[in-house]
Parts: sequence; structure tokens; C-alpha cells
Amino acid sequence: MIRIFKIALRNLMRYKRRTLLTSLLITLGLLMVILFSGLAGSFREMMIGQITDSNLAQMQIHKKGYVSSMDTSPLNLTINQKGYKTLEKMLTENPDVEAYAPRIKLGAMLSNFTETTNVRLNAIDPDKEIKVCPDVSERMKFSGSEVPDILLRPGEIIIPEKLAAGLKIKIGGSVVLVANNKDGSVNGLNFTVVGIIESILGPQGKEGYMHIKDAQSLLRMEKPEVIEIALRIKKFDKLGDVYTDLVSALAEFKNKKGKPGFEIHTWEKLSPFSNIAKMIDIMTVSMKIIMIAIVLISILNVMMMSVYERVREIGTMSAIGTAPGRIMGLFLAEGLSLGLISTLAGNIIGILGIYILNIYKIRYSFGRMDNLLLSPTISFSELVWVSATVLLVSIFATLQPAYKASRMEPVDALGHV
Amino acid sequence: MALVQIDNVSKIYQTGEMQVKALQDVTLSIDEASFVTFVGPSGSGKTTMLNLIGCLDKPTKGKVFVDKKQVDAFDRRQRAAFRGSALGFIFQAFNLFPVLTTYENVEYPLVMIKNESASERNGMVSKVLESVGMLNQKDKFPDQLSGGQKQRVAVARALVTQPKLVLADEPTANLDKKSAVNVIRLMRSMRDEFRTTFIFSTHDPGVMEEAEVVHTLEDGRLVRKK
Repeated sequence: MIRIFKIALRNLMRYKRRTLLTSLLITLGLLMVILFSGLAGSFREMMIGQITDSNLAQMQIHKKGYVSSMDTSPLNLTINQKGYKTLEKMLTENPDVEAYAPRIKLGAMLSNFTETTNVRLNAIDPDKEIKVCPDVSERMKFSGSEVPDILLRPGEIIIPEKLAAGLKIKIGGSVVLVANNKDGSVNGLNFTVVGIIESILGPQGKEGYMHIKDAQSLLRMEKPEVIEIALRIKKFDKLGDVYTDLVSALAEFKNKKGKPGFEIHTWEKLSPFSNIAKMIDIMTVSMKIIMIAIVLISILNVMMMSVYERVREIGTMSAIGTAPGRIMGLFLAEGLSLGLISTLAGNIIGILGIYILNIYKIRYSFGRMDNLLLSPTISFSELVWVSATVLLVSIFATLQPAYKASRMEPVDALGHV
Repeated sequence: MALVQIDNVSKIYQTGEMQVKALQDVTLSIDEASFVTFVGPSGSGKTTMLNLIGCLDKPTKGKVFVDKKQVDAFDRRQRAAFRGSALGFIFQAFNLFPVLTTYENVEYPLVMIKNESASERNGMVSKVLESVGMLNQKDKFPDQLSGGQKQRVAVARALVTQPKLVLADEPTANLDKKSAVNVIRLMRSMRDEFRTTFIFSTHDPGVMEEAEVVHTLEDGRLVRKK
């Protein structure tokens, strides 16, 4: 076997320029895939991390029908205390769930006593919220440089940067929130602004935070109710499996009409970024298909030329008794060696490229988020997958020329001019 | 039984609508350890005869026996295996593998066909290279050798598997007169040393004289045996 590869390598070196050019082409294809996967993958992971860890959470449970009418922030589709307790028990018992947090989402009018504007609010339980969205405070500014131990206390509010600027409200200032409850009655409460939040992906940058108890008071809930339960699981890569488990578990909770009482959605169903993520995936797959085409065409071309140029040599091999399988093996080894050399070069240059990109720290803006740091990485499994693909395609591309060589009749091949 | 037995063999090539009768009803036998040549003008059927004996081609009619085996009945794989085990070939254009050194060219059949161990290979290759006087050139590639030296390496490659029969199609055609005679004498001395039967074809009267048996072919028919 070693001898076959030694002969194959020497045959490749016979046509140095051709081998170099083909190898360069495959290396470039591989490099393109590694760099694109590294950049696009890290952008995707980072954005998903931003969305799930600072705002949306990985999954959300609502009363059935809430998500389809989410834009109007309906207050009649709440989960009552009994429902919440039931769900809490189910989530506590699930070993894959790391944390959960109740939320109320509401629209209100925010006034600085001279001017008024509308605002969307996330009413949270700060202790639980920080466990579900550990980066929730990352884009918030407080009076000091440090994030306070307790993000929010009852009577406090964190308002969006745009509103703070528009209404000239500073940290420590007072505001009034006025909201309608589900029955249509109006209520108002005073709050102290304890923080300002940079826009993430909220609609028009008008999404603030308040304590869940304040929201329950503002909305005059007689018994505590929640709108959604945000979830964080232990292993994000098992999101699909955990989601399926939870869907089955939730299906057992029926409403009075005997229909499912709750619904659960992953971040993908809740954020428009999932479409961008899917496009990134499609583009990555497209790059891989282009790479496969490059490898296939270039190796097929080189190996076909190699066979046509060496017909007499193949005739000699066959005449002196080399078995057809051995001749085929010799050409397959040539194609595989070409793929192997290119794969090694592509991997080395690709990893080096990613290392250099990390040294130069690429920063970018997305939506209203600025100064995001891109840290391209590529996993070992991705490298193995891409490399294995190149090697398999190399073998596949060599099969036809190698088979042709092995089937040559020595008497015809020896007489070839 | 002779080492090679040709019984009433004909070979017809179809070229479009034209039929070319390369060999017509040839019958002959060749003894073991003999030094035989086929002579005749171009197109007389010398190469076809060597191809049939060498299991490179099949007759249209008749039977070919080599080493008591009816080789014309072999399938593709059996013919390849038989060529590897019982036959050696020397070609007009030497046909050495350009990427292999002298040593590796001679070693090739032992690696790719016989699967001999490294120590056995080393002994066999060194012995045969010494016999043809090329051991001191063992690390050179074919393009570093003269025509006569290349053909010596080809002789060594043909003999290294210790075949019963070596076939050489015009082995001296690409050599000058002196080298041609030297190669034929080398082949003859190898026959003496290894008791291998040599069958070759030639145009060259000087080379013909070195053969013990001369078969003359004309228009695909065997016209004379000397």
C-alpha cells in the first residue's frame, strides 16, 4: 500500500505545474469554505447568543393562541396562577431545563409629566430572568459603572435609550406609566428610572423593563398572572430534542374545551433573525457545493488527462501481469493523494486565516447594535466533515478514469501512439 | 510436450469492413530453454504471434498452449495472472516506468504482482541486476540511462520473477548495432544462466544470427524454420 502511494506521488510530481495548479484550486476552494464557515458561523452563533441570552430566551411558553396575536400584546391570553404552578412543576422536573422565568408583556403610555409616548415593556422577575437571559444587563446603563446586584426592584423601571433621549429623562428621574388592563380600565403608577437600555432588536427601539409585581398591579390583576414563561436549557445543541419533549408534555394540559391549553416556541419561531440564520446556512451549504464541484471537476480532469497520457505505460503494467484492481488502485491513490495534499494545505491555510482574522478583531453593526465583535471559529468536527468530503469527492472523481485504465486491453494500450 | 504449442492458429483483425489476416493456420512448437526468433517483413505477423503466445491477445481460430495450459481459453483476469507468474516481456521502446529508478523498475513485478517480502525482493533484484551488469546504476532513473542500458534493465525486469518464457518484440530496434548485439548476447547468456526460454522478433540479420531457431513468417504464414 505504501509503495502504491509512493508511486502515485511520484506520478503526480511528473507534471508539477498541473499538479500544483489543481492542488491550488482545491486548496482555495477549501480555504473559501473554512473562512466562510468560520465567519458566517460565528456571526450566526453570536447573533443567536445575543437574541437568546439578552432578550428573547431560548424557548417561550404561552397560552394557546398568544403568539399568533403577539403584535397586539393581548392581555386576555394570560396564564393564571394554577396554570403557572402546573407548568412550574413540569419544568422543575425536566432535567434538561436549566432555568425558567415568568414575564408579562404589555404596552403602556410613558410620561415625564410634560410629554407622553407609547412604550412596550417586559415585566420580569429579575432573579429568575438573569438565569434565563444571563446577558440581559449587558446593554443596560446604570447610575454607576457596575450592574446592581438586583437588576430591578418594585417601583423601578429601565427605559429604552431612544425614549430617554426623546423625553430627556435621566437615570434617577421619575416617570408615570399608564396602561389599560384586559377589561379596559385605566391605571397609572409612578416609577423611578434606574437604567437605560440600548436597543437590541425590539420594535423601533422602544422596549423597556419593569418588575413583574408592578405590572400585575398596573394591570390590576387580582391574582398573579403571567403572559409567558421564558426557558433556558442546559445544552443548547439539544434544543430540538428538548422542544419535542416539552411539546409532548404540554399536550397533556387541556383547556376546558379539551384542546391544548399552552403552546411552546423556540427562538427560531419568535425571531425574524431565524430567517437570516437559515440564509446563512443555505449560503454555507452553497459554498460547500461549489467546493465539491471544484474538487470533482479538477480531479476528474487531471486524472483523465493522466490516463490518456499514460496509455502505453498502463499497457506495460497490464502486459507484465499487474491485476486490473492494482492498476485501478494506483490511479485511485493518485487522485486521493492529490485530494489529501490539497486538504492538508487548505486546512493549514484556513486555520491560519481564522487565527489572523481573530488577531485583527473585526467589528460590525447589525440593526441598531453597534461595535459587535466577530470572533470567527471553526469546529474540529466541521474541519473533519469538510476534509472528509474533499477526500471522498477526490476518490469519486478518480473512479471513472481509474476504471478506464484498469479495463484497457494491453495489446491495444501497447500499440497506442 | 513443448513449452509453447501453437495448433492451427489464425488471427483475423476486422478494420471497418476490411479483414486483415494477420496469421493463417500456423502450427509450431517451441522447446523449453530454447532461444527462438521470428523474422519476416513488416506485417508478416511477428508481433501478432508474440501477442498470442504472451496471452495479450486471443486467436480467431486454433489453440495456444503455454506451459501445458491452453491460454486462449483464459479470461481477462486469468491471462493477467498467467502473464505475471509465467511470462516476462521486453519491449522495443524499453517501456520502463519513468518515475521509478532502475532498482524499482526491476522490483516492480515482485511488489505489484508477486507480493514478495522486502528481503526476498532485495536478493532477487540485486542478483538479476548484477547478472545484466546494471547493479552500479540501480539508483538512476530511466532518463539517465542510455538505450542499451535501458534494455538491460528491461531484461532484468523480465527475468526477476523467474518466468519460464520471455517474449521480446523487436528488442533491438531502438539500439545501435553494437548495443543490439550486446543485448541479444545478454539475453542468450541469461537463457544459459536461468534456463529461461527466449522468443523474440527482429528484422536485423545480425541479431538473427544469434538465434538458435529462426521461424520465418510471410503474410501470416510460417514459411520456414531454421
